[in-house]
Amino acid sequence: MYEKDGEKYFVVDSHMHYWNAAPDNWVPGAEKYADGWINCFHAYQGLGPPETHWSIEHFQKYSEDDLMKDVFEDGHVDVAIFQPTYLKEWYKEGFNTTERNAALGAKHPGKFIANTRFDPRDGDLGLEQLRADVERYGSKGVKLYTAEWNNGSRGYKLSDPASYRFLEAAQELGIKNIHVHKGPTIWPLDKDAFDVSDVDHAATDFQGLNFIVEHVGLPRIEDFCFMATQEPNVYAGLSVVIGGLMFARPKFFARVMGELLFWVGEDKMTFGSDYGIWEPKWQVEGFVDWDYPSDEFSDFPRLGTAGKKKILGLNAAKLYDIEVPAGYRLDAGQGTPAAQDDAQLVAGA
Amino acid sequence: MTAPVTTGSRILHALETVRDPELDEPITSLGFVASAKVSADGDAEVRLRLPTYFCAPNFAFLMVADAYDAVSALPGVRRTEVVLEDHFASDAINGGVAARAGFAQSFDGEAVGELHQLRADFLRKAVMAGTDQVCRPLLAAGTETPALRAMTLGEVPASRALERLRERRAELGLPAGDAAALLIDPATGAPVTDDAVPLHLRKARTTRVSIEANAGICRGMLRHRYDSAGQGEENQ
Repeated sequence: MYEKDGEKYFVVDSHMHYWNAAPDNWVPGAEKYADGWINCFHAYQGLGPPETHWSIEHFQKYSEDDLMKDVFEDGHVDVAIFQPTYLKEWYKEGFNTTERNAALGAKHPGKFIANTRFDPRDGDLGLEQLRADVERYGSKGVKLYTAEWNNGSRGYKLSDPASYRFLEAAQELGIKNIHVHKGPTIWPLDKDAFDVSDVDHAATDFQGLNFIVEHVGLPRIEDFCFMATQEPNVYAGLSVVIGGLMFARPKFFARVMGELLFWVGEDKMTFGSDYGIWEPKWQVEGFVDWDYPSDEFSDFPRLGTAGKKKILGLNAAKLYDIEVPAGYRLDAGQGTPAAQDDAQLVAGA
Repeated sequence: MTAPVTTGSRILHALETVRDPELDEPITSLGFVASAKVSADGDAEVRLRLPTYFCAPNFAFLMVADAYDAVSALPGVRRTEVVLEDHFASDAINGGVAARAGFAQSFDGEAVGELHQLRADFLRKAVMAGTDQVCRPLLAAGTETPALRAMTLGEVPASRALERLRERRAELGLPAGDAAALLIDPATGAPVTDDAVPLHLRKARTTRVSIEANAGICRGMLRHRYDSAGQGEENQ
């Protein structure tokens, strides 16, 4: 919970991790990939305020106590949603698995939601595993990393027939939310791996599922915006947008926020810190204080207190049926998004 | 006697013509050129670096291949070596470019085609972003959108942004002469119709924001990864 100027914010961190990327977890022969991956993440942390930077050793493997302090005690977060990323070709126990996350969650009832994952290339065994994970951890969401390497394959699309088979199974199992994270590789490699048109197809064909595109499709924000504006069940996951731009590139951050508010709207944007890449504290505090820096932005939709409350927690609470305490909800009539007068223009897209 | 080595403007000038297709900026100003030199005997060596170990291999391949073409075309250059450093696919890319093997052969079994389509797709994005760069000052100066719709490239006041837009359009084989419409569909080259202008301009702006935000992130990541400026790098 966060309070500023008499306003109370319920904070759901909808995208965070509890990983082990230290050398003790590297797969022999794949050390360069395991090392390359975590160094790449560490460089992202470099885009946050200097006083929040960690040493690479700490970054590779932070403790349970670190996480509880950074996220809940200092970070203002009420409920955190684990988004697992397995990468078992590089990390022996996985980078951060449903199992590792849920074990931490079990010690702190009410604090965490453990999402699980699937990989459509895993076939029948993967489906069985998905069933077992949903049953055991009560997951309502899955995180999909489309660039994961799997037995010689460098990635997949959501529109692949195998993906549809898994999406159908997930829906039957009671999964509601599909968090999609695009990465730099895919099959075939000559196509743009970050293209989001496969999410468009899946979102159209699975109206009962919500698709939260993490990192707002970065580096294809424009493709994501043009797609999301036409799909009622597509959401913008803001992790990396706030962490990577708000401090390091405030002008670009304002422009990207302006575009997202215009095309996607404040009802369909969700905060995620991407912890341990960035601590939530400065992101939550900075976002509550944020406004456009100049008149240059006068033709973008404004973002008021109600909109910030939705983005920081209320939207994700709705997606995950999280009970929001009285005093933190919006009163009736509050929170009608501003500047929807451009809607006709978009409807012609 | 030690052979004198050229590290200066000639080879860098050639590398300035090589762009990151995603960011539509020269690899020099982005800081991607770690070193570039030509020996007195005409042996050129270029070392490139990228913001992360996992930058997309298809775009990385294009930059290495384009750098090879630009440098090897220089008069007096006898042999060219371009090395991409610190990348998960360095071996496949460096070996493939050196062997003039093409992308599909360099990534045997992982790619079905060459990268012409990918390059064209991103040139079209560059045309959209360039449209915003040209139109925004005109709108700010009071030009109304119907007037923009009717405008030809020849009627737009000269600027570096206009020059760039013409270059990108010409690369795609789209109309780029004085009589060509300022606002065109980058897929077909057809002039944008009246009712489609507001959405076209919105999309142009979003595309520019996306590309510029990515370039900002890439610069920040590169700076974290390498503590030194690249050859010909511009600080922004």
